[in-house]
Amino acid sequence: MNIKAFWRDLRFLQILAQAIFAIIFALFALYLYSNVVANLAKQGLTVGYGFMDNPASFDIGESYIPFEASDTYQRALLVGLVNTLVISVVGIFLTTVVGVVAGVARLSSNWLVNKLAAAYVGVIRNTPLIIQLMFWYFGVILQLPSVKKAIALPGPAYLTNRGIYMPWGEATSTFAAWRIYVIIALFSIVLIAFLFRALERRSSLPTPLWWNLAYLLVPALMIWLGAALQPESPLKQTIPTLTGLNFKGGLRLTPEFAALLFGLVLYTGAFIAEIVRAGIQSVSKGQTEAARSLGLTTGQTLRLIILPQALRVIIPPLTSQYLNLAKNSSLAIAIGYPDLFSIAGTVFNQTGAAIEIIMVMMLSYLSMSLITSILMNIYNNRVKLVER
Amino acid sequence: MNRKLFALFSLLVIVSVALAACGAPPPSGGGAPVTVKETVIVTVEVPGEAPTAAPPPAAGGERLKTVLDRGKVICGVHGSFQGFGFVDSAGAWSGFDVEFCRAWAAALFNDANAVEFRGLSAQARFTAVQTGEVDVLSRNSTWTWTRDAELGLTFGPVTFYDGQAIMAKKEIVTDAAGGLKALEGAQVCVQSGTTTELNLADQFRAAGVSYEPVVFEDQTAAFQAYDEGRCDAITSDRSQLATQGQAVLKNFADHVILDVVMSKEPLGPAVAQGDDKWADAVHWVVYGMIQAEELGITSANVDSFLTSEDPVVRRLLGVEGELGAKLGLSNDFIYRVIKLVGNYGEVYERNLGPFNLARGQNDLWTNGGLMYAPPFR
Repeated sequence: MNIKAFWRDLRFLQILAQAIFAIIFALFALYLYSNVVANLAKQGLTVGYGFMDNPASFDIGESYIPFEASDTYQRALLVGLVNTLVISVVGIFLTTVVGVVAGVARLSSNWLVNKLAAAYVGVIRNTPLIIQLMFWYFGVILQLPSVKKAIALPGPAYLTNRGIYMPWGEATSTFAAWRIYVIIALFSIVLIAFLFRALERRSSLPTPLWWNLAYLLVPALMIWLGAALQPESPLKQTIPTLTGLNFKGGLRLTPEFAALLFGLVLYTGAFIAEIVRAGIQSVSKGQTEAARSLGLTTGQTLRLIILPQALRVIIPPLTSQYLNLAKNSSLAIAIGYPDLFSIAGTVFNQTGAAIEIIMVMMLSYLSMSLITSILMNIYNNRVKLVER
Repeated sequence: MNRKLFALFSLLVIVSVALAACGAPPPSGGGAPVTVKETVIVTVEVPGEAPTAAPPPAAGGERLKTVLDRGKVICGVHGSFQGFGFVDSAGAWSGFDVEFCRAWAAALFNDANAVEFRGLSAQARFTAVQTGEVDVLSRNSTWTWTRDAELGLTFGPVTFYDGQAIMAKKEIVTDAAGGLKALEGAQVCVQSGTTTELNLADQFRAAGVSYEPVVFEDQTAAFQAYDEGRCDAITSDRSQLATQGQAVLKNFADHVILDVVMSKEPLGPAVAQGDDKWADAVHWVVYGMIQAEELGITSANVDSFLTSEDPVVRRLLGVEGELGAKLGLSNDFIYRVIKLVGNYGEVYERNLGPFNLARGQNDLWTNGGLMYAPPFR
């Protein structure tokens, strides 16, 4: 075997270059770290996470997990993370709806619908998000009437400058039992769907429509079982009623949450609208015409021909919009929503542990983003063109 | 990526890293001017912070020299707090805290305008001092144990004795002396990153009154939200409630400041720990202004005091003695401060007089207040 001089071996050189690059990068990181530590030591400060177990001694206005001022900084940061996750998940769900509707509207042949969607996209995409958030918060939500003069909507829901109140379900003692029934019912639906698909594949014919009734079988059984065995319904409706200074009962969206949600959903929705429009337009018109000439209905054309191809174009940029929404939620601090960034800011101001807290924040946002993109990539792999 | 591009890219990175390494000294020892690089927060150049021979901790003197060489003081202040630190639409800075920055500039350079102001948020202010981005912080910052011990700061003489208070709408609180009980279940606007936020939690917990905080990063945003009716009450230092209340709120008369004193808030300048010489310079300028008021020396009559026979006055104004030089300043530094900026009382009247903020604890000790300068001798 002919051994080449190693410095002419392209593969070796490539590995060498990468190794050198990695070493330099590591040295640079080490330098930055020691520089920080040395400069802090000069002022008698150290880097470490010991402070995390100290009591936070500040309160947080809005929290989905129990929190008191006597809890630790760690707990406070967790509250912030949960708040960020809640706004991100709700926001991503709603913005998808808004974006798809606006994107389809952009393609509508109805002049008014089309122009309205175009105006929405044009205005929202071309103004900074922070200004929109300020607008929603100071310009819209805080301008709503006070609690005593609340705008009442059917439901009853109330719009006030203290928040938006709406009826909500409250868990009763039988909630836990009912939860099991629901899980069993959902599981049966998934199972039947798999079964049908296997049957369809074998017979290469669509299953008769009335077979779909099988889906209802187990849920019906579970409802009967629940009604027979459980004394009361799992959820009790609570209706917001005015008591004292504020409304009690029902679901309350704080002004901060509502403004942030509106702002993020509408802003990201405008971008998603354009992505959806691009995706649909990327499928050539000839395919629609071909599908129609084969006798497929409009719905079938959309479902079987256009969407599968459009999704390939839509999913990757959609992922980055989802990530944007989650990251943009850190602007919440401007309007007082206690998200991760806001609480972390308070913590580092109280403890002086700027570097440690920034690391925590970066890691949190990074893992959030990575998890989102992993999920979206899994979905993308399912819809993308299968190459043979 | 195409191979050539990659090679080019790696070369670029290597060169830039090498350059960065050349420009920076070894982490612990002395060396050329230090470039403090922090990956995330700020990239700040601290020109010549650590000259060669000086051992890093408690060295002293470098900052004073740096400032003198630079020819101006970099002063961290509030940017949107009328009465204390405010920059107007023409870019002119004004306010009580701002005037102290001018005083240090006057002491060092005989020019009250040799200041570079940095408007800092409540959250960024201490990091700015730690990293040396500002020479001195004069931004209504409360002197606390934690900040002194954990944040690596040295606080100066208290320039303003403040206390936290809470303001509510008159329709909710009818009796200012009634205490916090009237605020049961209230929503309270507060600024993040302040001692106020902590005291709020402590005081309501101690009084057993439930509340819900709404936390803003910006004080003005908190006041606006309160004005729009988002909160039932707003809490801050008494001075802030009075000044901001008059400056921001639509109708200040509709609001009442409760008679509850929720905390002690001694406000004063802060410098980075470990440079006593610079800290001394900062401190004695403030003391000089207090002493001058006690002696009745004002910017208008200071020249006539130069011929005074009183040894205290003569020492203070640098007519005799070498006390200024011992601090590394000129002997007449107090004279410059009084001439160009004024004494403590003048600064107070000029900035806080328009807000009808009574001197109270901030009066001279001779008038029953807490303002007291150590002897100039």
